[in-house]
Amino acid sequence: MNALRLIYVGWLFQFKQLSRSSFDSFLAILWPLFFATVAFFMFRQGGNPDALIYAGLGAAVMGIWTATSVAAGSALQRERWYGTLEILVAAPAHFSLVLLPIGLATACIGIYCMVTTLLWGRVLFGIDFPLDEPLAFALAVPATLLSIGALGFLMAVAFARYRTAWALGSMTEYPIWLICGFLVPLALLPNWVPPISWALAPTWGMNAIRESSTGGTPFPDIAMCIVLGAAYVTIGVLLTNSVLRAARAKASLSLT
Amino acid sequence: MTSLRIFAVGGLISFRALFHWLSPSIYIPSLIVAPLFQILLFAYIGRSAGLASDEFYVVGNAIQYAAIPCLFAMTNIVGGEKFQQTLGAILVSPAPRLPLFFGRAVPVVVNGAFVAAVALLAGTIVLGVDIPASAAPSLAVVILVAAFSCTGLGLITAALALRIRETAVLTNVLFGFLLIFTGANIPLDDLPGWMQNVSDVLPFTHAIAAARELADGASLTSVLDLIGEELLIGLVFAFLGYWLLRFFELQGRRHSTLDRS
Repeated sequence: MNALRLIYVGWLFQFKQLSRSSFDSFLAILWPLFFATVAFFMFRQGGNPDALIYAGLGAAVMGIWTATSVAAGSALQRERWYGTLEILVAAPAHFSLVLLPIGLATACIGIYCMVTTLLWGRVLFGIDFPLDEPLAFALAVPATLLSIGALGFLMAVAFARYRTAWALGSMTEYPIWLICGFLVPLALLPNWVPPISWALAPTWGMNAIRESSTGGTPFPDIAMCIVLGAAYVTIGVLLTNSVLRAARAKASLSLT
Repeated sequence: MTSLRIFAVGGLISFRALFHWLSPSIYIPSLIVAPLFQILLFAYIGRSAGLASDEFYVVGNAIQYAAIPCLFAMTNIVGGEKFQQTLGAILVSPAPRLPLFFGRAVPVVVNGAFVAAVALLAGTIVLGVDIPASAAPSLAVVILVAAFSCTGLGLITAALALRIRETAVLTNVLFGFLLIFTGANIPLDDLPGWMQNVSDVLPFTHAIAAARELADGASLTSVLDLIGEELLIGLVFAFLGYWLLRFFELQGRRHSTLDRS
């Protein structure tokens, strides 16, 4: 119960903090819109309305990853700058309960972006997004958010020892957009890419959102998305223990 | 002689001082890997939409990505000094402003051109695009002019950094506009008329068009008009940026806002 309370309070605190940063909120919303606009123009010229819907939904989810990749990647570095990292690590609560809400909050900022992109596509490009299975859609969106947040948490832990974690986080932005099939069907990518995509929860989340919108079988995708998200959290917790043990042993937590 | 020293030595030292953080661990992911993936992203979208060849996206995105080093680095000549609390010391010095600011732009142009050239080479190799080797020297000229032109725009953002705090947001937004308007990914003819008019006065538009013609086998002389237009746009932006820098410097002195951070 205490753990859930800590996750909730941590999420609320981080969400409020991120919302007040123009870089983490305003730009996180605007940035994918530029790419969405280019993609909308490109697919509109292609003359296939289905492709435009495909791209519109993909562009909407792109923003969730954008909001997560840089902010979650650099979460620990940010705490270092604030001078709060050592205090948080020394607290009795497990450190993963501090980090997980950061990943979730960054992903939730992506909700703004998702809504903005869908409206952008509807108003400026006349994309009429279908909603075949509203219940599945209502499940697919939070499942995708949570799993991307979990991936952000895993990244935050994995990049703990890098001073330049923000650059690594930022570097993952385009590759994830590409290999998770946000704008390009996986079938178009080289044969060795899809197996990597299948290990990434955003791929299944994206499929779930598309299939619940345009028709199909979204529930297996939602389940896969949740399973992978849970796996990221488990790996992240184990990795947190290992990273903190090493940082304590080498006195390298502050990276000074 | 003093002006020349401020231009050359001052510019180089400033670049090294302000970009001490630009270590390989940042440079490689941000300026080598990211542009390659931007090229791949749009090349695959292009294939999916059936719009244009891979060459179109390789050339367009490689040159357009020079906006990141050019805009960020130029903005940092003010933003970075402000952050390190050295801006006041520089602006109180009697150093002539023209060599002071333009000297700082030279390493930025070289770095921007390098980033674009590496992206072009990497994109060509990864996607198997066939660009004649004989076009390399001409492409190098176009890339250098494109980087100069965008650095001119960067001088404007540098000036704005004297008045605003969120320079990272501003430069990212400008990058986004250049992505849409310069024809890097959308053929200019497919843009609405008002957007084409905006494209005409932006950095990169003419350089990208020239580079595409060169990649298709055209000679350097046949694209001199495009290179000339790109150069002119760069010069206009650079002098507008310089004027704004002087204007905001005077405003900053008058209202005591130079070190507002």
